[in-house]
Amino acid sequence: MTELPLWLSILVSAGVLLGALLTMAGCVGLARLRDFYLRIHAPTMGTSMGGGLILFASALYFSVTTGRLVIHEAVIFLFVSVTTPVTLMLLARATVFRDRVELRGKEEPITPPPVDRA
Amino acid sequence: MSQAILDWSVLIAQVMLGVGMLATLYRMVVGPRAQDRILALDALYVVGLLLLVTVGIRTGSQIYFELAMLMGLLGFVGTVALAKFLFRGEVIE
Amino acid sequence: MMRRILPHPILAGLLLLLWLVLQQSAGFGHILLGALIAVLASLAANAVLPEPVTLRRPLKLVQLFAIAGLDIVRSNFAVLTVLLSRRPNPTSGFIEMKLELTNRFGLAILACLLTATPGSAWLEYDGERSIVLIHVFDLKDEAEWVATIKKRYESLLLEIFE
Repeated sequence: MTELPLWLSILVSAGVLLGALLTMAGCVGLARLRDFYLRIHAPTMGTSMGGGLILFASALYFSVTTGRLVIHEAVIFLFVSVTTPVTLMLLARATVFRDRVELRGKEEPITPPPVDRA
Repeated sequence: MSQAILDWSVLIAQVMLGVGMLATLYRMVVGPRAQDRILALDALYVVGLLLLVTVGIRTGSQIYFELAMLMGLLGFVGTVALAKFLFRGEVIE
Repeated sequence: MMRRILPHPILAGLLLLLWLVLQQSAGFGHILLGALIAVLASLAANAVLPEPVTLRRPLKLVQLFAIAGLDIVRSNFAVLTVLLSRRPNPTSGFIEMKLELTNRFGLAILACLLTATPGSAWLEYDGERSIVLIHVFDLKDEAEWVATIKKRYESLLLEIFE
């Protein structure tokens, strides 16, 4: 295998490292944050910028090594960045719904109360 | 030289992603509620997908791309199905 | 006639593009097969998308995504600094805000952009009162958030869709 150009390995390394750092911070946040509504913010770091950087690094790497434009990573990025908000919103709505059901008849709300419209 | 830089940084990134996976696993096991576990499962899928992409860079093979894509698809469908259950009430926790 | 075969031209075009990117080739066979799949899929989507998407100012979409991308990057670092602190204890909170935007696709885009930003999450939209419930990770000034969303996102979306 021919030697990689230095600029490529530095760019790819930077993308992969920063992306992995953001993703890891999001996941660790998922484990450390105290309530569900806070935790819902954590995974989006991995799916927005963290994932974007890693996928971009991969696209760049294969584009240079194979000598032709490789952009199918963009499909994964598009897919992940569209589906994650959808699942998160679904989960959030389910949680709001369940919290309201559980809060009915209780004095002290467990989480900051979502406005009760029921 | 530049191959070594790349290998090392991909290795470090993989370790970081592994730590992230452990963190989501912790949240999945500890819970406390069903929605926390589902959220953690969704995050686990995404981190697994990204780990596969880094494996692809490391080995220089594009096969992992297809796997990562399948993982994204299955993760999405699975999480949506699980989240739908939460609306029904009657979740055993 | 054209509407019967191709009820959602934008969707079909995007699907064709996606197919070609996925196949990594723009050969004639791939374009033919991709076009067939795109038309069939957009016909199938007709069942769930009753109204066709109309973009009044399509170029403004680019501006919207550029702004959102910038905000997402900024928000990533903001959340990262909170999470890296010894005890992450952000002052989070709920915001209820009234939206003028009523177009369904505009609302969907706004919801996805806000949720994709680590600092904010769209929780619920009440269509009757057109009020949305948003959760903010690090809430310092509620009025500022409302103003930002209105100015940076809603005004653009209103221009694009209504």
